Amino acid sequence: MQRTFMARNPSVMWFLLALAAFTVMVTLLSEATGSTVISTSFLKTLGKTLCLCLVAMAMDVVWGYCGILSLGHFAFFGIGGYAIGMWLMYERTRDIVVASLSNGVIPPTPDEITTAVGSQIFGVVGSSDFPAIWAFSHSLPLQLLAAVLVPGLLALVFGWLAFRSRVTGVYLSILTQAMTLALALYFFQNDTGLRGNNGLSGLQNIPGLDAVPQDTLSLWFFWASAVALGLGYVLFAWIISGKFGSVVRAVRDNETRVRFLGYHVESYKLFIFTVTAMVAGVAGVLYYPQAGIINPAEIAPIASIYLAVWVAIGGRGRLYGAVIGAAVVSLMSSWFTGGSAPNINLGFYEIKWTDWWLVLLGLTFVIVTLFLPKGIGGLFDLRLPKKGDQS
Amino acid sequence: MNTLLEVSGVSVSFDGFKAINNLSIQIAEPELRAVIGPNGAGKTTFMDIVTGKTKPDEGRVVWGEKSISLIGMNESQIAQQGIGRKFQKPTVFEAQTVRENIVLALKNPRGPLDVLFRRGANDQEDRVRAISDEIGLTEALDQTSGALSHGQKQWLEIGMLLAQDPRLLLVDEPAAGMTPSEREHTTALLVRAAKTRAVVVVEHDMEFIQRLNCKVTVLHQGSMLAEGSLDHVTQNQDVIDVYLGR
Repeated sequence: MQRTFMARNPSVMWFLLALAAFTVMVTLLSEATGSTVISTSFLKTLGKTLCLCLVAMAMDVVWGYCGILSLGHFAFFGIGGYAIGMWLMYERTRDIVVASLSNGVIPPTPDEITTAVGSQIFGVVGSSDFPAIWAFSHSLPLQLLAAVLVPGLLALVFGWLAFRSRVTGVYLSILTQAMTLALALYFFQNDTGLRGNNGLSGLQNIPGLDAVPQDTLSLWFFWASAVALGLGYVLFAWIISGKFGSVVRAVRDNETRVRFLGYHVESYKLFIFTVTAMVAGVAGVLYYPQAGIINPAEIAPIASIYLAVWVAIGGRGRLYGAVIGAAVVSLMSSWFTGGSAPNINLGFYEIKWTDWWLVLLGLTFVIVTLFLPKGIGGLFDLRLPKKGDQS
Repeated sequence: MNTLLEVSGVSVSFDGFKAINNLSIQIAEPELRAVIGPNGAGKTTFMDIVTGKTKPDEGRVVWGEKSISLIGMNESQIAQQGIGRKFQKPTVFEAQTVRENIVLALKNPRGPLDVLFRRGANDQEDRVRAISDEIGLTEALDQTSGALSHGQKQWLEIGMLLAQDPRLLLVDEPAAGMTPSEREHTTALLVRAAKTRAVVVVEHDMEFIQRLNCKVTVLHQGSMLAEGSLDHVTQNQDVIDVYLGR
């Protein structure tokens, strides 16, 4: 009982080692170090995948451990992306505008700069004024804070209302789905001031780092994503280990009984819901500069459903399961839909993977549910000693 | 003997059906009390009201020296006041080990942040051992509780109640599905527990109640029909008519 956290959770050490090995390997094979095995665009895909693994892990904690099937965690991810995107786009546009105006005879006034930046950013939606929502877009620290706090606050308020009314199970899922849809529609509106369905773009250009080539920049983001995933794993493993994890799993299995033991179930759910939403926001911050663009379609309910599918395929109730599920499914998805998978000609019909990928995914989901109820991660159980044997 | 729990004039109805009708019961500390009655007499609803699962339409439920009203508190607040409940069906957390189940129940701060940050203090191996010895599950501490037999699950749940160290223990049909020797063990344990706290046992089985040798309350159609020693209530004509005569 007195053993250290790492000794009691051997999967943490294994995961960190595997992640470190993977990071080193990718670094050595990337274009930034002179190799040609991993192209910069594939490096970005790998970096994005690590971010997806992080948000999948958050989903696993909230669903697999706490039993809340949230269909809204990808919305928190998107909010994080928008928050960082606003700073990236504002600063980048401002740099360009200042550079072009300074060629004139008379140096531009601050007002002129603001107007020019505004018309550059909001021209697509027929405006040049900065909406109030952009008030802090000049400040990286404030936008980073918003990327964590806005999802956190939203989850706190939403969770408080939902859990307090004892909405559970499928009704709660529908409610989270409704929240996601409402958010997506809100972001779609031009009046919201986030460029409507155009979203934010050019996010791959980091202000002040123009001199750094994209292959190096991509590598930095890949590293940052790997560090975030590693820290996220340790954080979640710490939360779900020990007695707190025991309470959370008990809530999942029999909420009523936990109440009669004297635990305030709603506080526990709210804690998990909020912390995972904040981590999802962090994952979004790292993802969208690698993706280069964010638009409201990213927040659409279907994205959050995919998240649940990844976790189910990878294996609920184990952190590495979520990572495996997110990595395998999202990489396969980009392979099949990216046009690199060879089409199969049956003579009378040609299977185009861009069309048939969803069918394949659905089939995989059914097969995993039927034959591997613990997901891909469950396969590790066959090789590991039973929990009771270790004491 | 001080009155620990006072239920007075409580009524509750579900869709017009009066499950509890003007019921008044007083429980002292320490005391062992058996509550009997035919199906639908309101035994479980009585427990639901005391533990906060059901809100009564009228009446008062008052607790402890300071006469705190339990009505309006939620289940976890009432549990923290010191009321433990054992359900009819054994409800242990089957995916977790026996040790984890006991640790969950141990009397400790229940707030999420307390539980998250005060880890060392939460283990308390000695208390876990003492309880597992009492319920005979020390050997099985690291076993998943889902793998236990039905009787052992009942034991584990009783152990979890003891770990909570409540002032009032509400026990719903503790002997259901137990072998005769296990029943004997259960009786001894409940009698022992009632030396220092209040224990209320809901039970159908007359022979089991005989062994408890305590004051008996007979419920019928949501009201109290008779109260007293088992001999006293079994000679009551009303009780014979509605319950024993059948």
